[in-house]
Amino acid sequence: MSLHTVKPAKKKGKGSTGSSFDNLEIFLLHLPTTIWYLLFCYAPMFGIQIAFKNYSFRKGIWGSKWVGLTHFQRFFNSYYCGEVIYNTLAISIYSLIVRTPLPIILALLMNEVKTKWFKRTVQTVTYAPYFISTVVMCSMVILFLSPDSGFINRLIVLLGGEKKYFMGIPGYFKSIYVWSAAWQYTGWDAVIYMAALSGIDPQLHEAAMIDGAGRLRRIWHINLPGIKPTIIILLIMSCGTLMNVGFEKVFLLQNDLNRSASDVISTLVYRQGFGAKDTKRDFSYSTAVNLFNSVVNCVLLVAVNTAARRVGETSLW
Amino acid sequence: MQKTIRKDAPRVQNTRKPRSTGDRVFDWCVYILLALVLVIILYPLYFVLIASFSDPLEVIAGNVSFLPVRANLESYRLVFKNSQVMTGYRNTILYTLAGTSLNILMSICAAYPLSRPKLKGKGFGLAMMVFTMFFSGGMIPTYIIISDLGILDTFWVMILPTALSVYNVMIMRTFFSTSIPRELEEAAVVDGASHLRILGSVILPLSKPILAVMVLYYAVSHWNSYFNALLYLSDQNRYPLQLILRAILIQNQASEESFSEIGNTYNRMLLSETMKYALIIVSCVPVLILYPFLQKYFVQGVMIGSVKG
Repeated sequence: MSLHTVKPAKKKGKGSTGSSFDNLEIFLLHLPTTIWYLLFCYAPMFGIQIAFKNYSFRKGIWGSKWVGLTHFQRFFNSYYCGEVIYNTLAISIYSLIVRTPLPIILALLMNEVKTKWFKRTVQTVTYAPYFISTVVMCSMVILFLSPDSGFINRLIVLLGGEKKYFMGIPGYFKSIYVWSAAWQYTGWDAVIYMAALSGIDPQLHEAAMIDGAGRLRRIWHINLPGIKPTIIILLIMSCGTLMNVGFEKVFLLQNDLNRSASDVISTLVYRQGFGAKDTKRDFSYSTAVNLFNSVVNCVLLVAVNTAARRVGETSLW
Repeated sequence: MQKTIRKDAPRVQNTRKPRSTGDRVFDWCVYILLALVLVIILYPLYFVLIASFSDPLEVIAGNVSFLPVRANLESYRLVFKNSQVMTGYRNTILYTLAGTSLNILMSICAAYPLSRPKLKGKGFGLAMMVFTMFFSGGMIPTYIIISDLGILDTFWVMILPTALSVYNVMIMRTFFSTSIPRELEEAAVVDGASHLRILGSVILPLSKPILAVMVLYYAVSHWNSYFNALLYLSDQNRYPLQLILRAILIQNQASEESFSEIGNTYNRMLLSETMKYALIIVSCVPVLILYPFLQKYFVQGVMIGSVKG
């Protein structure tokens, strides 16, 4: 029974009886959305053609001259090509390895707590960092790691170590990036696992208890398999975005000293397009690099999803 | 349903079996680990708070650990005297209010048609939306289009490009098509109600929880975003708070005016250090106040979103 099957049958009232008007109304309702998509999502996609052109401000997108794959060749032949691809992948994979198990562990732990107020406190506190803006998060990281006033260096000195300028040492960049994200998002990421855990049938636990299974065994054999589909879906999604390191945070944590470890594809795209005052803006080149990134992302997502569907029964579509 | 089951589960467990030593040890481990997590999450936040109230010299010397040292409000006075920060604050409030209103309006208009069963062209509409989640024009082509539209460096550039979020529309669509009793809509149709009437008198009044989630999702993302402003704005008077924060906190460009009365360069440097902590607190206050409400609704949003997978 749907609106559309009901409507023609009952011919009464005014306005919405005729199906053409009915569709017109729906069409008008959806019109702002359609226009918005065309302007802000699909028009830029046509703009991608400048990746194969030499864009000039004067001639515009359509008027600029075609140059084929020149910009792509330039990117792949550049000395930094390998570096940015490596950094992008390394940060993603590091992040995947650290940030996948932590929320699962946190959710399993919270699920074992029976004191209500304590559970609520843990939830309230661990979700909180999610709401901190990227700018504030990055400035906190920089302040805390600062060699003079940062409390992390003070702790290191207290324990007999030597203080370091962490933000200036390339070797530390990826860890700073990943672990600060873990601090900020673990609580939030656990929410979805908490939801999955609350859907597990308590009879399973009772049956296991009668069989004499301890709590660790029950977590291992009941809770973990119970949230397995959720884990796999989230894993697929993060594998699909492996080449998609968020620009916003890397850009803020990046400085001239750590650039060799922090330059990722998206920051390169930004720098080539809008970058420092002394480098010239190269819209076409920047778009080419961006396009390469988007295509790899799409291919990855489809590949991972297909693989997941072959192997198990869970997939995104 | 699920909630009531879960509440009962431990009780069943407790009555059936007395807690063994192993059980108690296990409980202790859980509590200790979670307490550790609490400390790790809370201490940095707490440190920002006490540092903002402390004497700059003590903060830099590293004497502030658990309580404010020589507490004063000097840094806060500096923050509120800084015209840049205040302009940014005003702009952000404006962008958040206007942007969120537009977001809600657009999302309703986008989600309602897509939630109708058997609507012609619905598949196309959905595909058009979902495709943009996986593929986009990218930074530069989007910039060129926005500049061609002539909204670069205007108020509109802060609210139009972010007018819709596919993810949020999907959550809303799921809610419209699963949580509103179909019979109510059919009754309205029988009475000859138009789509606008159905939307306004049947669906929206029943959708308050999801609308709250949407308002909060969109508002927080407006409040926290800096990237669009960085790309599309060059007039400093239009900068949102986050860009001002970036200048002061990350690029160390505290404007001279706020320190003009402090003659000594060394003192300036010191104060600019604690001013940062105070600034962080001031910028987070609205979100902090809303947080208790936020938490409940945000979690609801994640749940609805996860039903869809």
